[in-house]
Amino acid sequence: MNLTLKVWRQKNDKSKGQFVTIQANDIADDMSFLEMLDIVNEDLTRKGEDPIYFDHDCREGICGMCSLVINGRPHGPKYGITTCQLHMRSFHDGQTIVIEPWRAAAFPVLKDLAVDRTAFDRIQQAGGYVNVNTGGVPDANTIAIPKRIADEAFESATCIGCGACVAACKNASAMLFVSAKISQFALLPQGQTERYERAQAMVDQMDAEGFGSCTNTGACEAECPKGIKLSNIARMNREYFTAKFFREEDVHTHN
Amino acid sequence: MLDSKVPAGPLAEKWSKHKFNMKLVNPANKRKFTIIVVGTGLAGASAAASLAELGYNVKTFCYQDSPRRAHSIAAQGGINAAKNYQNDGDSVFRLFYDTIKGGDYRAREANVHRLAEVSVNIIDQCVAQGVPFAREYGGLLDNRSFGGAQVSRTFYARGQTGQQLLLGAYSALNRQIRKGKVQSYTRHEMLDLVKIDGHARGIITRDMVTGKIEAHEGHAVLLCTGGYGNVFFLSTNAMGCNVTAAWRAHKRGAFFANPCYTQIHPTCIPVTGDHQSKLTLMSESLRNDGRVWVPKTVELAEKLRKGELKPSDIKEGDRDYFLERKYPSFGNLVPRDVASRNAKEMVDEGRGVGKSGVAVFLDFADAIKRLGKDTVEAKYGNLFDMYYQITDENPYEQPMRIYPAVHYTMGGIWVDYNLMTTVPGLYALGEANFSDHGANRLGASALMQGLSDGYFVIPFTVGDYLANLGSFAPVDKNHPAFEETRKEVESKITTLLSLKGEKTVDDIHKQLGHIMWEYCGMARTEEGLIKAKRLIQELRKEFWSNARVLGENDELNMSLEKAGRVADFLELGELMVDDALNRRESCGGHFRLESQTEEGEAKRIDEEFTYVAAWEYKGDNQPEVLHKEELVFENVKLTQRSYK
Amino acid sequence: MSLTGIFLCTFLIVHLIGNLQLFKDDAGYAFNQYAYFMTHFTPIKVVSYLLYASIILHAIYALVLTLKNRAARPIGYAQYDGKANSTWNSRNMGILGTIVLVFLATHMQNFWWKYHNDQVPYVEYRTDLATGARSITELQASEFTDYQVTIENNVEIVKARDLYKQVAYAFKNIGLVIFYVIAMAALAFHLIHGFQSAFRTLGVSHKKYLPLIQAIGVWLFGVIVPIGFALMPLYFYFVK
Repeated sequence: MNLTLKVWRQKNDKSKGQFVTIQANDIADDMSFLEMLDIVNEDLTRKGEDPIYFDHDCREGICGMCSLVINGRPHGPKYGITTCQLHMRSFHDGQTIVIEPWRAAAFPVLKDLAVDRTAFDRIQQAGGYVNVNTGGVPDANTIAIPKRIADEAFESATCIGCGACVAACKNASAMLFVSAKISQFALLPQGQTERYERAQAMVDQMDAEGFGSCTNTGACEAECPKGIKLSNIARMNREYFTAKFFREEDVHTHN
Repeated sequence: MLDSKVPAGPLAEKWSKHKFNMKLVNPANKRKFTIIVVGTGLAGASAAASLAELGYNVKTFCYQDSPRRAHSIAAQGGINAAKNYQNDGDSVFRLFYDTIKGGDYRAREANVHRLAEVSVNIIDQCVAQGVPFAREYGGLLDNRSFGGAQVSRTFYARGQTGQQLLLGAYSALNRQIRKGKVQSYTRHEMLDLVKIDGHARGIITRDMVTGKIEAHEGHAVLLCTGGYGNVFFLSTNAMGCNVTAAWRAHKRGAFFANPCYTQIHPTCIPVTGDHQSKLTLMSESLRNDGRVWVPKTVELAEKLRKGELKPSDIKEGDRDYFLERKYPSFGNLVPRDVASRNAKEMVDEGRGVGKSGVAVFLDFADAIKRLGKDTVEAKYGNLFDMYYQITDENPYEQPMRIYPAVHYTMGGIWVDYNLMTTVPGLYALGEANFSDHGANRLGASALMQGLSDGYFVIPFTVGDYLANLGSFAPVDKNHPAFEETRKEVESKITTLLSLKGEKTVDDIHKQLGHIMWEYCGMARTEEGLIKAKRLIQELRKEFWSNARVLGENDELNMSLEKAGRVADFLELGELMVDDALNRRESCGGHFRLESQTEEGEAKRIDEEFTYVAAWEYKGDNQPEVLHKEELVFENVKLTQRSYK
Repeated sequence: MSLTGIFLCTFLIVHLIGNLQLFKDDAGYAFNQYAYFMTHFTPIKVVSYLLYASIILHAIYALVLTLKNRAARPIGYAQYDGKANSTWNSRNMGILGTIVLVFLATHMQNFWWKYHNDQVPYVEYRTDLATGARSITELQASEFTDYQVTIENNVEIVKARDLYKQVAYAFKNIGLVIFYVIAMAALAFHLIHGFQSAFRTLGVSHKKYLPLIQAIGVWLFGVIVPIGFALMPLYFYFVK
């Protein structure tokens, strides 16, 4: 099939970007979306033009590196998959495809379709861990965790940190991402000792990064390639309010 | 002869004695040392976090935009540990024995035993970090049997154990970043190693966003950079996985061991065309219920390929369940190398299926009949969905098509018992080193090794090295070695950017992949390898004369990134071929057609090849020099593997 | 947003139940007494000030949030397929809220302001307590001092401000009726999302209670309450 791509091109984080129309010809159904872009890039390279920069790595839907808003949808027109798992059979001959980067103040565009998502790392650094050193931990089976709780914590832990939630949210809110980690530890016994400090520290960092607020539209849940549930956000709010109103402790300064 | 520095004494006591004998760094002095960690996968993140906890200053580097995205994340199956939680007779020695035997007796006994010993600590550590392993209804950890093991020792987190373990290590790393003990550099690529007086004292990196070439100094450098499977172009590795850091270290004096040992995983989704960028692995567990077959005759296979017949049109009598036929006792569950090789044999005979003819069937019709569709769905639903997404074929209704794909590289930088390379102060951890898997890696062992090296081995052994330095002085940033190395890197980049030929870097990489797959893949012959060597040399010439690299250095430039990596793959490819030529035996992931039993099975030649082949770089276009590390087996008896 | 929102929701119920007296065919006898009670009983007055404050807070905070959320995405998408992942009303709470706010201003001006500033007619009800027969007389401003209830010779005399008449008068204006109905539709959509959203923001997402909250949000606040309110102008326009 032949397609018309409208791709966001931007030289670097300082320059202004614009849409550029590029033809993608002889695209096969069983190509993945990123393979289609590979072919376009090979063509551009042969013509001596700068290939389109986009983030990608594992190409099996787990590393969370790939992004792209395709025709107005993060990770494209299908639910529950990442862009790298999207195949060209979801498109038809002659179609125009608009490809944009994640849009959020907290995710500045680095080049073309790649954005800087280190804000997510800083949120995790604020408290997305249990304070244990290597060694000196008890035997794994000294903690019995009800299967239901373990499974629920696992569901929250499946977040791949791609940022589709932010991209989908009309407010560019990162609540789904942050709440998934807070939930995982709020559910597990290992996370209890620092439960409320963690919720405060991570939420404060999230706000400092300039993400928007949650208005519960549910767009994040719908577009999340890993099916992280909106209920995580409610749990995070619960944790945060409990922390703020009933248990405010100094968020440890770490030094 | 290479000195592996394996401590003396009984196998089971070596590690504890060695830990006691190693020197310690006083807590107050640890902060005077800086350690560079390249790569933030399981090995890198766990090492960086553990060392920072001890008080060292750590700098981490990764080419991804976050440490969390390292390709360890993609491991599906699980992680082995000799916990014996299932009371089924597992022990440290059994895990050790299985790993040595699985590696076809080409791994170092002491390393493997240590791996088995610390495996139990890994699980404790991960659980304490909040890794959500699968659990039983009673709340204790669940285990499954994996990769044909006779005990259930595999801990797992559904189909994404790698991601959960990595996120655990990443969280430990984040904690240290927050504390200021770790400085994390993302979107940074290591391009060279800096040596001062023979010791590793720093690295040169390129900031992939700004193109800035930076020198970083440290008292020790840890390479945790993963494997080099992408030399085949198509593999289950992530697109960015590369050998550059390891290769540049090799060129600075680190020996490269057993480069030809690659693992080819049998259950991957077959290639569909030239456009394909990577291969997708499906869990090995599929072989528990799926039956592998091809048509008995080439004619039938032909009709299937042309679409004149559907798989269901092939009568039972016309099907060849070749694994069940050849290996009646193991059947479809033979080890990875055997399953892969047999699939290739069928395709070579012209009985392959699918449009391209490069695939075999993995059929679940019997399982669905026997267990019911619901049970099959509960067990493999996510894998079936994944297959359906990629191929648009419904595996509930027609057999899956599978074909082997490059998955893991057992070879890597040579390290001694302390994980130190032949360059003092330079270490290699995880898949980047060669140490623990011999010629074939067992399922659920890669995660174990990465974390074992990072959490429980390196914190001790690096300390010993630093304590023996006899000085706490910071590394001299102004030492001319930094400037010299930086200049070399810059000049290489300038050369790459000056390439304005006709072929794209991907074109050349694909060609290299074809050569490697054809001649240095699942089965190798002397003739083929000699041919491959010539082809690679020609291709390398073509690269430096006819490749096209676009753009500038001071921008995000994927053309330049790829070019640097492919240049190194081209050199590595040749070394792999050399190593394969040298090893005239079949063992594990290395099958030499000249060395097989009468029944066509792999035949080791223990008298000649019970050694690690470690290669020393001698300069551009100079043949590499082989050094041998004899493998001594004091605790296991070498036997020929049989799955009949 | 959530706390003020839920508080405003509770008010809606009270307001609706009270205003059902408009449907009573008693020429506003009950309604006007109710109006007096609601504006003069101290605890209710206190609550009513809370209510005004809530409305203002809700609106101001919404504005602040909207600005903050806009700032979180300085460059928008060229194409954004919102319907694929969320409902229209959840994405347009600001627009819906603004319609409701304009409505409130009109509504307050029409009734609250006029009531409090003696711009409504006055009325006297004389009810024979033995027979129940009632006579209604419009009073002139000079005849009215304050709301009174007295009993003379077994006849109850109620003097009150005739808000009922003002209502009946106002709702003869087709434009106003249409505006009211539109505003109630906006309210319905605002609350279908807002009610359950408020609970989520407060951290309530229990498997058992969430469906209940959602049902209340949709049926009570999305259907019954707005329809109840919308019927009032329609009733006065078409029936009375």
